[in-house]
Amino acid sequence: MIELVNVKKKFDGKIVLNGVSFKVERGETFVIIGQSGTGKTVTLRHIAGLVDPDEGHVLIDGVRMDYADANTKTTLREKMGIVFQSGALINWMTVEENIALPLIESRKYSKNKIEEIVNYYLRILQLTDARNKMPAEISGGMKKRAALARVLVRNPEIILYDEPTAGLDPVMSRMIDELVRQMQRDFGVTSVVVTHEMQSAYYIADRIAMLYKGELIACDVPENIKSSKNPIVQQFITGSIEGPIEVQ
Amino acid sequence: MNMKFIKPIYETFEYVGKNILLGLYDAGYILLIFFQSVYFSKDVFRRWREIVKQMYIAGVKSFLVSSIVSFFTGMVLALQTGIELMAFQQEALVGDLVITVMTREMGPFTSALVLTASVGSAMAAEIGTMKVSEEIDALEMMAIHPVSFLVMPRVVALSIMLPVVTIYSVVMGTVGGAIVANFQLLVPYDVYYYHVLDTLRFKATYVGMLKSYIFGIMISSISCARGLQAKNGAIGVGQAVRSSVVISFLMVLIVGYFITALFYGKVHD
Repeated sequence: MIELVNVKKKFDGKIVLNGVSFKVERGETFVIIGQSGTGKTVTLRHIAGLVDPDEGHVLIDGVRMDYADANTKTTLREKMGIVFQSGALINWMTVEENIALPLIESRKYSKNKIEEIVNYYLRILQLTDARNKMPAEISGGMKKRAALARVLVRNPEIILYDEPTAGLDPVMSRMIDELVRQMQRDFGVTSVVVTHEMQSAYYIADRIAMLYKGELIACDVPENIKSSKNPIVQQFITGSIEGPIEVQ
Repeated sequence: MNMKFIKPIYETFEYVGKNILLGLYDAGYILLIFFQSVYFSKDVFRRWREIVKQMYIAGVKSFLVSSIVSFFTGMVLALQTGIELMAFQQEALVGDLVITVMTREMGPFTSALVLTASVGSAMAAEIGTMKVSEEIDALEMMAIHPVSFLVMPRVVALSIMLPVVTIYSVVMGTVGGAIVANFQLLVPYDVYYYHVLDTLRFKATYVGMLKSYIFGIMISSISCARGLQAKNGAIGVGQAVRSSVVISFLMVLIVGYFITALFYGKVHD
């Protein structure tokens, strides 16, 4: 469903991705782990078509997302949603307006239907009390849930998550993890999740990939990642100070 | 050849060339945003709420500043020209000069400057903040074109409101001129207004309105384009605001001259 083929990307001369290749199957939850600045978010942005690679290709259902024309990108993006790290809620709209925005803009639904869908997601994500609040008035966890609701209302086939549990309390983190699994179980959603949180990664992942210095150094099921012989992978997943990882 | 001497020359050429290319790129991007706004004006009825909101911000919220600037512009104009006219006992003609300069030049010019500083900078800051906080990316991911959603309503609103603010500025400037004429030049109000109305020309009015309309499109396109190009967090937003104000000021002066030259430039037959 999603395929990256030898993707290379530089920003201001600095290599961020150096020949990254992987394939995510339909309905799979694929987790990308790695240190800060190793290119995890950039990988996600390549899949979303927000960044084009210097070399290599990004394929969504066999169609090239990189350097695609505006219509192709729009068609491919209709299948996917992204939960940004900051939430990226429109700051001058209430939580309810933010969640309703993609439905209003699609012009496919009646006013009553939009209200029904928005109310459903406000309820399941426990945001009913925050519906009339502005993004600046709610907590980080609420922002993430509102951003997730804004993605879920569109029923996407692919959801990209950029650090969905970062900065959340353990209970809220588990709730988000549960939602990721529920989306896969109940709706067959394909997910690509970028995270630092190993507990989350083990809980939700079908496969875990590790990026190090812009290269994919491991890609396997969680059990094999846990028992990986690669010292870099071992140091990262155990959070040890001692080891080959260079702290930047 | 000694590399010590060549290196600074090479670096100077590199610096100048790079900046020329960047300038051309930015100019092209602003034009692209403008043409995209023209294309997305097909959504004007769907986005009427946002357009009305932006019109309110541009017109009503800049009301006080526009009043003060245009009122004092009229006062300064009346005083400066009146002093010279008094030398020829022609101070009664001060109304002619005030209305001519206000309608042709100072009305559109002062309104453009006020709206660049107050509204254009706010547009660049708002869109720039949305850009650096990934809100623009979020719009794109929802298949919402940022130009249709954010830029077009602002361009339409400012192109409507700048001529309105200009009319208002001309009125305020004329009133300011009347006060100076009456109290400092001892020209009675009825004489002043007789000359104002006698000199008021249709051509001056429509050329002034045309200028304002073009300035409105220019300021909003430049400000939104610079906002959309913002990067690197708060510093990037600050740079976007600063450059949007500087480019808008320069373009108002340059384009203003060419419009004046186009309509009034044929001095000799």
